Amino acid sequence: MKGTLGRFVRVLAGYGIKMLSLLLAVTILSFALVCASPVDPVQQYILGLGTAVSPEQRVEIEDYWGGDKPPVQRYLGWLSEVLRGNLGESSIYRRPVADVIAQRFLNSLALMLCAWALAGLIGFTLGCVMGTYRDRWPDRILKKLCYVLSAVPTFWVGLVFLLFFSVWLGWFPVGFSSPIGVLSEDVSLWQRLHHLILPALTLGMMSFPNIALHTRQKLIDVLNSEYVLFARARGEGKWTVLRRHGLRGTLLPAMTLQFASFAELFGGSVLAENVFSYPGLGSAASAAGLNGDVPLLLGVTLFSALFVCVGNLIANLLYRVVDPQIREGDKE
Amino acid sequence: MKRLNYRTKAVILAAALIVILVFLYALGSLIPESAVAGSFLEAGQPPSRKHLFGTDSLGRDLFLRTLKGMSLSLTVGFSASMISAVIAVVVGVIAATGSKRADAVINWVIDLVMSVPHTILVILISFAMGRGLKGLLIGIAATHWCSLARLIRGEVLQLRSQQYAAVSRKLGKSSGWILIHHLLPHLLPQFLIGLILMLLHAILHEAAISFLGFGLPPEQSAIGIILSESMRYLSAGMWWSAMLPGLSLVLIVLLVDRLGERLRTVLDPYSAQE
Repeated sequence: MKGTLGRFVRVLAGYGIKMLSLLLAVTILSFALVCASPVDPVQQYILGLGTAVSPEQRVEIEDYWGGDKPPVQRYLGWLSEVLRGNLGESSIYRRPVADVIAQRFLNSLALMLCAWALAGLIGFTLGCVMGTYRDRWPDRILKKLCYVLSAVPTFWVGLVFLLFFSVWLGWFPVGFSSPIGVLSEDVSLWQRLHHLILPALTLGMMSFPNIALHTRQKLIDVLNSEYVLFARARGEGKWTVLRRHGLRGTLLPAMTLQFASFAELFGGSVLAENVFSYPGLGSAASAAGLNGDVPLLLGVTLFSALFVCVGNLIANLLYRVVDPQIREGDKE
Repeated sequence: MKRLNYRTKAVILAAALIVILVFLYALGSLIPESAVAGSFLEAGQPPSRKHLFGTDSLGRDLFLRTLKGMSLSLTVGFSASMISAVIAVVVGVIAATGSKRADAVINWVIDLVMSVPHTILVILISFAMGRGLKGLLIGIAATHWCSLARLIRGEVLQLRSQQYAAVSRKLGKSSGWILIHHLLPHLLPQFLIGLILMLLHAILHEAAISFLGFGLPPEQSAIGIILSESMRYLSAGMWWSAMLPGLSLVLIVLLVDRLGERLRTVLDPYSAQE
C-alpha cells in the first residue's frame, strides 16, 4: 500500500510540475499577445477615468504600467506582482482585478456547475439509452439529435431560448434586467436562480451530445464483451446487465470526459453569459477585450487556464484512482 | 439508383454537397454591397415575398445579408482551417519522425494551446491583432490544429513501423523520400477528413467570435454580427432577424458535417465491402 501511495505522490508531483510550466507559459504567451496589441493600455486607462489628466499624472500612470521599459522587464515586473497576488486594477470596473475575478467567478461557477451537472446527467442517461437500444429507433432518433445539436452554435441556442421563454412566454427575465456589473447583495436566491436557469440550460444543451455519444460507444463496447455474453447466458436481463456491467464500465470514462471538458465549458460560458448579460467571468473577458482592459484580460486568461488545468488534473487522477488497470499499469 | 453501391452513392452525394456549398459561396460573393444597403422605409419588416428573411432595423434585406454572411463564413472557415490543417500535418509529422525532445516539446505546446479555452485565446489573439479579419483568421487557425496534429502523429508512428517503410529504409531510401512516397499519401485521407471537421468548428467559432464583437467590423454581413444585432431587437419582437440567419448557419454547418461523413465513407477502405 505504501508503494501505491508513493507512486501516487510521484504522479501528482509530475502533473504539478507540468501544470506550473504550462501556467508560466500561459503568462508569457498572453503577455506577449497583449504587448503586440496596438491598443495602448495607458490610453485606455485614461479614457476609462473619464477626466482630463495632467502630464504629471500621466507620467505616474505610465510609470505604473512600466511604459518605456522593454517588454521583458515589464513582463517580469508584472509576473512578480501577480505572484504576490496583485493582478492590477481593471480599467472598466475600477476595482482590483482579483476582486472582479473572485466575485464574477462565483457567478460563473454557479452557472457552469449547473450546466455541467445537467449535461453530464442528460448526456449519460441518453448515452445509456442509445447504447442499450443500439440501432433501433430510440438510438437512431437520439443520435440524429446529438449530431444536429453539435452543429448548433451555443449563442444561437441562447437567442432562441431568450426569444421563446423570455419574450414570448415571459417566464424568465430578458437578461438585460439584471444590472450589468455587480449583482447587489440583496438579490434573493430565487432571483438569482431565475437569472441562472436559461443560461445554464443553454450551456448544458451544448455539452451533452458529446458525452452522450461517447457513453453510447463505451456502452456498446461493454455490451459486446464476452463477460456480458456470459452474463446473458446466465439469464441476466437487459436492465440487470446494464446495472451490473454497463454502468460500471461507462460511468468512469464519462466522468473523466466531463472533467476534461472544462475548456469547452468555459468557452461556452463566455457566449452564454454574453447572450444573457449574465455577470460572470465570460462576459468580463469579452468586455475586457472590447474595451482594452489589459489587466482584466490577462487575469481572466490566467484564471481560465488554471481552471482548465485543474479539470484535467482531476480527470487524470480520477482515472488513476478508480481504474485498477491503470493503477496496475504503473507498476510495470 | 439500385445498381449504385454504397461508395458510389457516397461519392455522388459528396460531390453534390460540394456543389451546393460552392454555389452558396458564389451566390453570397456575387451580391454587391449596394444590394444590402437598405432603406429606412423598410426597417423591421417581417418576412414577406419581397424580403424572404424580413429586414433588420436599418431596413437591410436579411436574406441577402445572410447569403453574404454564409459566403464570408465559408471563406474565413476554409482559409483558417486550411492553414490549421497544414500546421497540424507539419507538426504531427515532426513530432512522430523527429527527435524525442522535439516530440516532447510539441506535445507540451499542444497541451499549452489546449489549456486556455479557445474562445478566450481567440479573443486574446484578436485583441493583439487589433481586431479585424486578420486577427480572426489567425486566432481560429492557431487554435484548431491540436487534435488533428495528435491524430497525425499517431498515424505516422504507426506507418513508420509498417514493413514497407522498413524495407524502403533497408533499400537505402532517405527518410525524406519515405516521407513523400509512403507517409504523405497515407495521410491524405486523415488530412481531408480533419480539414472538413475543422471547417465545421471554424465556421462555428467565426460566428461566435463575430457575435462577441471581435473580428469583423459591424457593418459587415457576417452571421455572427447579424445575430448580435438581432439580440437588441429581440424584445421588440423581431424574431425573424434571430431565427432565420441562425437557422441558415446551422444549415451550412450541417451540410459541411454531411460532407465530412460522406468523405469518410469514400476514403475508408473498409467501407468498400459494404
